[in-house]
Amino acid sequence: MDANAIWFFVFGTMAILASLGVIGQRNPMHSVMLLIVSFAALAGLYILLDAPFTAVTQIIIYAGAIMVLFLFVVMLLNAHTEDDMGAVLGPRGMQIGALLSVLLAGEVVWALKPLGLGYFNTDQGTVSSISSVPRIGMAIFTTHAFAFEVTSILILVSMVGAVVIARRQH
Amino acid sequence: MPAFINPTVVAHLALIFMVMNALVLSSAFMVWMERKVCAYIQDRVGPNRVGPEGLLQPFADVLKLLAKEELIPQSADKFLFVLAPILSCVAALTAFSVVPFGTELTLWGWLPEPVPLQVTDVNVAVLVVFAITSMGVYGIVLAGWSSNSKYSLLGGLRSAAQMISYELSYGLALASVVMLAGTLSLREIVMAQTGYWFYVIPKWYIFLQPLGFFIFLTAGVAETNRAPFDFPEAEQELVAGYHTEYSSMSFGLFFLAEYVNMVTVSAVCTSLFLGGWLGPFLPDWMAWIWFMVKTLAILFFYVWMRWTLPRYRYDQLMEFGWKWLLPAAILNLIATAALIIWLG
Amino acid sequence: MISLNHYLVLSGVLFSIGTAGVFLRRNLITIMLSIEIMLNAVNLTFVAVGRYLGTVDGQVITFFVMTVAAAEAAVGLALVIALFRHRETLSPDAFTLLKW
Repeated sequence: MDANAIWFFVFGTMAILASLGVIGQRNPMHSVMLLIVSFAALAGLYILLDAPFTAVTQIIIYAGAIMVLFLFVVMLLNAHTEDDMGAVLGPRGMQIGALLSVLLAGEVVWALKPLGLGYFNTDQGTVSSISSVPRIGMAIFTTHAFAFEVTSILILVSMVGAVVIARRQH
Repeated sequence: MPAFINPTVVAHLALIFMVMNALVLSSAFMVWMERKVCAYIQDRVGPNRVGPEGLLQPFADVLKLLAKEELIPQSADKFLFVLAPILSCVAALTAFSVVPFGTELTLWGWLPEPVPLQVTDVNVAVLVVFAITSMGVYGIVLAGWSSNSKYSLLGGLRSAAQMISYELSYGLALASVVMLAGTLSLREIVMAQTGYWFYVIPKWYIFLQPLGFFIFLTAGVAETNRAPFDFPEAEQELVAGYHTEYSSMSFGLFFLAEYVNMVTVSAVCTSLFLGGWLGPFLPDWMAWIWFMVKTLAILFFYVWMRWTLPRYRYDQLMEFGWKWLLPAAILNLIATAALIIWLG
Repeated sequence: MISLNHYLVLSGVLFSIGTAGVFLRRNLITIMLSIEIMLNAVNLTFVAVGRYLGTVDGQVITFFVMTVAAAEAAVGLALVIALFRHRETLSPDAFTLLKW
């Protein structure tokens, strides 16, 4: 059990528990805060995978911007704690929903079995080429430049759309 | 020294301890400096009874705060109410961990390998500072919401909106410097500013990026909710904004977080634009004194601005951030890129 | 030793948790949060496989996924606000009938 494995289990458990908390909590404000904890755990996992740029970008974009947006909406709409899920769905609905999710998880694990263990390449050349930010920049702006431009137009469109949709109709 | 105590590990632990203490002490020092400078600007003397020249005044303030009763409003969300100042403080203190304040030291051979004067050296340091600063928004938003009071909520929402708006210009000014230096690591950005032009003018980025410096400093002042951008917490406007309902040490924690944020913004500004610890006349192992001097200069400028300029109204503040500062930051970025390509 | 399979299993479990949230919760905002969990699980898969194959493309795709997720969250929340204004409730069961 080297240090990497310990950190993987710590961050993995944190992510799973926080996500379970997100779907289990009744107060939407607490759900949002638990999701931020889950994002922080995922950022830790990215650092373990030698991707510090992705980890920091995750914190900046997801935890720092998208979750603030969610918080603002929760506060604006004053979303109170919702009713007990069982009363609305009925116990049958809850059981079927939970069963389907467990089936999905089992299916993913079963599909991964014939792959065999794939250990990571730990030599210094690979590590430094993956964690180097200039390389990511070159890939985004030369190989995937079209996707980059389309994404920027997408953001512009969604910004305008969000303002138009959420505007008060007079 | 016993063989199992690794000097490098001891050095790193000592660094962490020193940096945390220095940050908290500098926050206390800032309280004193603010009150003294404010007093002299207003043609009076300021605190001069507690200790020489009032230097122990901040400690008296802390003792007073500790002795007060800790009140939690009954209809407040208890967990978030207690969490908010902790979150603010943690974000403020952690952001300083990647800021370099000196060259690598070997302490005259006692350390087996040179230890840089920095808590940790990450190759994406600039982004780490940015990320942790944007986590500081949560402390304010949660404080505003969990207090369950209209002044707090309004103050918290306005403050958070202001911080998010000015983060954009902050990031774009950062990006211009990163373009010039070609690296995201703060230590390497400082090292890229060594040398002199004509043997007299140091090669600091403030001379190459004056507009960037101004944008960064303005956005930094707005980020830390300081005057002239402190409408959300101004005493005359919103009772006290998001920390209305807080008392005793929770309020103290918010105060601490605000001052430590100021110190972090000044330290990052020093590293990016003013050449960090580089300076003439001092040997390498005392270079952190230059760092302190430059950071203190920017902090003095912060305090000076607070007591000189009138406050922006909230809509004026947001208009300034979106309509003037952001286009200026974008133009700065484009102009820097164009000049780099043109001049090689 | 941690292998690629560990990361893929973790990502699969996170994805199922997100799916469970979408199935079981009756609050529009929590449903959107569960969608974000699913997107994050996918991001983890991309970065892990990118690390395994030794290319940077995994992180590049992650970058784009994050941006698209931000855009989708913005529009989705705008829709939630508009819906809330209509019916004063955040339960998806109130929106099951088209307007006649």
